[in-house]
Amino acid sequence: MFSEFIDRRAPGRYYISALNMDSSYLDIYAPLLLMFILAAGLAGVLVAASTLVGRHKHTREKDQPYECGITPTGDARAPFSVHFYLVALIFILFDIEAIFLYPWALVYHELKVFGFVEMMLYIMILLVGYIFLWKKGALDWS
Amino acid sequence: MSMIPVSWYLVLSAILFGLGVVAFVFKRNIITIFMSIELMLNAVNLAFVAFARAHNQLDGLVFVFFVIVVAAAEAAVGLAIIIMLAQNRESLNIERVNLLKF
Amino acid sequence: MIPLPAEQLLNLHRVAPEVVLCVFGIVIMVVDPFVQAAGRRALGWLAFIGALTALASVHLAAHFPGRAYSDLVNVDRFSIFVHVVVIGAASLAILGSLDYLEGEGLQRGEYYALVLFATAGMGILAGANELVTAFIGLEMSSISSYVLAGFRRRALPSNEASVKYFLLGSFATAFFLYGIAMVYGATGTTLISGIQTFLVSLPPSQHLPALAILGLGLIFVGLGFKVVVAPFQAYAPDVYEGAPTPVTALLASAPKVATFALMLRVFYVSFGSAQHLWFWVIWISAVLTMFIGNLGALMQTNVKRMLGYSSIAHAGYILVAFAASTDLGIAAALFYLSAYVLMKVGAFLVVTHLGQQGERRLAVADYAGLGMKQPVLAACFSLFLFSLLGLPVTGGFLGKFFAFQSALDAKIVWLVVIAGINSVIGAYYYLRVIIAMYFWEPSQDYTPTPVAPALSAALLVAAAGTLYLGLLPTRVLVLAKAAADSLSLLSLR
Repeated sequence: MFSEFIDRRAPGRYYISALNMDSSYLDIYAPLLLMFILAAGLAGVLVAASTLVGRHKHTREKDQPYECGITPTGDARAPFSVHFYLVALIFILFDIEAIFLYPWALVYHELKVFGFVEMMLYIMILLVGYIFLWKKGALDWS
Repeated sequence: MSMIPVSWYLVLSAILFGLGVVAFVFKRNIITIFMSIELMLNAVNLAFVAFARAHNQLDGLVFVFFVIVVAAAEAAVGLAIIIMLAQNRESLNIERVNLLKF
Repeated sequence: MIPLPAEQLLNLHRVAPEVVLCVFGIVIMVVDPFVQAAGRRALGWLAFIGALTALASVHLAAHFPGRAYSDLVNVDRFSIFVHVVVIGAASLAILGSLDYLEGEGLQRGEYYALVLFATAGMGILAGANELVTAFIGLEMSSISSYVLAGFRRRALPSNEASVKYFLLGSFATAFFLYGIAMVYGATGTTLISGIQTFLVSLPPSQHLPALAILGLGLIFVGLGFKVVVAPFQAYAPDVYEGAPTPVTALLASAPKVATFALMLRVFYVSFGSAQHLWFWVIWISAVLTMFIGNLGALMQTNVKRMLGYSSIAHAGYILVAFAASTDLGIAAALFYLSAYVLMKVGAFLVVTHLGQQGERRLAVADYAGLGMKQPVLAACFSLFLFSLLGLPVTGGFLGKFFAFQSALDAKIVWLVVIAGINSVIGAYYYLRVIIAMYFWEPSQDYTPTPVAPALSAALLVAAAGTLYLGLLPTRVLVLAKAAADSLSLLSLR
């Protein structure tokens, strides 16, 4: 369906080139795997050694939750304002909508004015949403 | 040739989807249930990308964009609905959503 | 490759109804914050005008049959028929909402904007020729519906309906999408007609690819949730009971029609060559749906919930026509859907009015003696109930008749027998409400409120439509047959 957007003169641009990474595909990951094993092994050895060899003495200070050396004040799980959720929701939406700009930018030169107009329409619709939530007071922080 | 075969991706995607279904059925916290749906949608994305690669097409990749955007819209609306329920009910346990039964 | 302006204009004509609905929705959204609370009602009328304009633009789209936007959208008689039914249902629901929202103190622009967006999504569903496009349409309608179901923000039942609808709806969506991915993997395309071409071109000796069958199964699960057929019906009565009643009127009617339309397209066109595979699935699902719907409705004392169960049962009757898998079956399903929309919206709008503020009066006992206190309203309600029950002279009767007839023609006798048994079971709970209205002693604490003009107009249209389909079905039936033919032309059978 979208094959017309693949550049015929230079097949392999954009996407197809990614397919050619076939030579020894797994081999290039072998060092990475080795590193994972080493890291996990080292961490495991250190933790095991400290529990096996080390002395265990519980004191009141030691059992307190650690907060950068400062005496902790109150519970770490304090509920926070619902405003944060609201801002997060709005952020997710406007953040994700930008995803369509990437493929558009890629074929912008081939779509010319048509693509430009369509994308402006799209952004206008987003703008309407923005005006709506601004006027509805979703951005007020009080 | 030692390329990772497409079937591996599909198996991974099926496992992720299955985990999502299991979590949806057995979890009790609404937010967790909601997250399991997101997991299922991401399994779908993985399947789309794997198939796009198998068919050597762009279509599957484009679909992923749409799935991501729709999943985000769904997430926003879903979280808003869940917050609304939490404010009125002060609990996120699905077993307390029990007003409508006969 | 660069789209010509003329081609763009043609494309725009073909999606005119959706464009109109979205533009009106957006305008309402923009205007809403600038309007005083007292003027919000005007936004409702604006939405109604928008729906009517969309109906008119369906007429425009009908002049340009064909495919738009690189085959993503289909404009044929089938999609036109479904468009008219869906947008008609939405405009009735808007009319019915005006005074309800006023009474509940919920008169807000978003409500109407959401209804219009949902309707646009259903329009896309009806015309989609591509599965991911269909998915976008499905989500447009679903996400709007989740919000609408929870529109009474302070009422816990409404909250719960919204949460349940959201969780199970998105769960179903994920299945639908995974199905699309599987079908795409098996066939290399998501075009509904492309899948068909692929499957038909397989050599007869070769079996259907397992991935495609798995995909079809998953798509059935996803769409089955949305059209509320067994075994995916569990959430529906809760959602229908908890949602604000005019929203229930919309949810129980329009999305069902649009999703059934998509289901018909996917099953008949894409997977027409695999009919032997899905026939039994539909058969079993139809039987389960009818029994669960009818037996569930028998036990209800709440009229709204009872109507919710009855809409499950009706999905089962439509599946009977579906199982016939003939042109006549599709035509019967379409006719049934149009009659169903009228009577269901009508019935729920009556419940809207009688529920009074806060939806307090929903029990069967609250309907006692209505025949004496509000004879016209009671007569209207009886008409809708008789039509749901399937008595002659109503659209519901002929819908059932054509559905069962088409199934008999296709020699699916047992399914028709079971459907007949179910119709008899259904008679009990519909008649109980009618008996309560006419023969029970009226309760003393009930003071009838006059029916608002907008609501009575909506009821009048629904009642007239139900009678029209029952008395003069020919015209609509011819249109439904033409729609079915346009679908089977595609299916090359």
